[in-house]
Amino acid sequence: MTTATSPAPPSTLTRRRRRGGSLVWHVGALLVLAVVLYPVVWVVGASFKPSKDIIASLDLLPTEPVWANFSGLADGISGIPVSSFFVNSLMYAVLAVVGVVVSSSLTAYAFAKIRFAGRNLLFTLMIGTLLLPYHVLLIPQYVLFRNLELIDTLVPLVAGKFLATEAFFVFLMVQFMRGLPRELDEAARLDGCGHLRTYWSVVLPLTRPALITSAIFTFINAWNDFMGPLIYLNTPSKYTVSLGLMMFRDQEGISNYGSMIAMSLVALVPVVAFFMAFQRYLIDGMATSGLK
Amino acid sequence: MTLVKEAPARPAGNRRPAAPAAGRRGRRRENLAGYLFMSPWIAGFLLLTAGPMIASLYYAFTSYNLFTPPKWVGLDNFTTMFQDPRWQKSVEVTLKYVVVATPLKLLLALGVALLLAQRRRGQGLYRAAFYMPSLIGASVSVGFVWRALFSDDAIVDRGQKILGVDVGGWIGNPDYVLYALVALSIWQFGAPMVIFLAGLKQVPRELYEAAEVVGAGPVRRFWNITLPMISPVLFFNVLLESIHAFQVFGSAYVVSDTRCGPADATLVYTCYLYQKGFKEAQMGFASAMAWTLVVAVGLVTAVLFRSQKKWVHYEEAGK
Repeated sequence: MTTATSPAPPSTLTRRRRRGGSLVWHVGALLVLAVVLYPVVWVVGASFKPSKDIIASLDLLPTEPVWANFSGLADGISGIPVSSFFVNSLMYAVLAVVGVVVSSSLTAYAFAKIRFAGRNLLFTLMIGTLLLPYHVLLIPQYVLFRNLELIDTLVPLVAGKFLATEAFFVFLMVQFMRGLPRELDEAARLDGCGHLRTYWSVVLPLTRPALITSAIFTFINAWNDFMGPLIYLNTPSKYTVSLGLMMFRDQEGISNYGSMIAMSLVALVPVVAFFMAFQRYLIDGMATSGLK
Repeated sequence: MTLVKEAPARPAGNRRPAAPAAGRRGRRRENLAGYLFMSPWIAGFLLLTAGPMIASLYYAFTSYNLFTPPKWVGLDNFTTMFQDPRWQKSVEVTLKYVVVATPLKLLLALGVALLLAQRRRGQGLYRAAFYMPSLIGASVSVGFVWRALFSDDAIVDRGQKILGVDVGGWIGNPDYVLYALVALSIWQFGAPMVIFLAGLKQVPRELYEAAEVVGAGPVRRFWNITLPMISPVLFFNVLLESIHAFQVFGSAYVVSDTRCGPADATLVYTCYLYQKGFKEAQMGFASAMAWTLVVAVGLVTAVLFRSQKKWVHYEEAGK
């Protein structure tokens, strides 16, 4: 995949110039890398520094690492164990992933593989929702869920995921399914498979890369989500990590700065781990979005 | 990049009708199947998108505090809003943010993409590392890190002191704090960079070979080949990034302070909308704000789409 042609092909003329340019290239790339990674390395280092050194000391890494910031997390935040925030975030993220993968793949199958009246119109509508600022939905959705007495539950946060409102992922899967050889699903249909069978046994397995991309993006978005929980969750024991961190800052932030930074680091770990494991899926998925 | 290459232009159909189900009964069955498969999306569209849009359009013309039923007030929300100094401030802050952050972010993204497009050892690693901030940048954790890095005596402050600038940390300073948010946005240049890279890979290499034969230097090759060839991708990035920038919220709320201060210096549009709707329970006013944002973003989108003819070069469609 990554061995596709580069835009500046090596001809005899450029090849010689390249060797000199190589040093400049690496210096440039390393410079950008330093700026990009600085905040990440900083938070790792800061987590192992005594609170008073975190801002004041310019050393990126502590001279003598301390664990106090992490052990300080064992006390919880305002009486709520830190693990509670992580469990809540995990539940939110997992539900979101299940919802997006199931509903978006069904919808995408219809767009890509079934010829039905009104398909193009609905497809245009779906793409249109990609450009809609979602803040216009914020207040009426809040009113709706309030009337249904679902405030302070996960339902408002994940309902949209189960109803395929994440148009980007539907679009991603449609693009992918259209790229599959038509002969495969047509053969399955000729053999008498219904659409459900074709979807489940032929198309879905082949769509795996797009499903994985969508799943990971969804997980990360839910894990990072701040505005949704801020609006819909009121009880601290139901807070996700984002809200837990904010509560930490508002209530103990100054006295216990080191632990707050340590928890920030822990909160980043799942995202960075997913990224490292699946970066190719994420980057290729992202790249696709720009080239319809 | 396998995903990229085969992307067909429009709904795939056209080649021939679905094989096994010919005839009117078959077609009806296909329609039914289509709508059944789509039913989650249709329900979501009606309940969570279309319905709420209509509802908020209605609320925009009412006074509504959640506890008593909405009361029709005509254009009152809009007239109050346009005269509200804090609303004006939020528009100013948002425009400044969009106009400063978006071009800088895209310039950096394009520059680094051009760098990475010359394939060298470690290119894949760099690409991955540069992309990572786009995944974590929206988190509260990174917001806290940003707050720390831009506070008094932290790295940015000390760096600027070396350069002879003595304004202190940016976080508490109303004149500078918005630029800490801009910096956070620019730091996430990886997402548009990846899209640029994918676009750069699709430029036919023959063009560069031809240009080299004619003796065109790197600058002319960039202006006459690279830029026109990736203009659709550039258009997509400009559109997406500016729409996102209009809707910034989390970083203003987390990096500065929960009131989007100090002195409303980071009172981005969404932050004011949040305060009006969810702190002051002025749902009517907030809905009027939301619809004004929709119209503004719609106008920007329309202008961008219209400007396409002037500068976006489409291979198949144009010529």
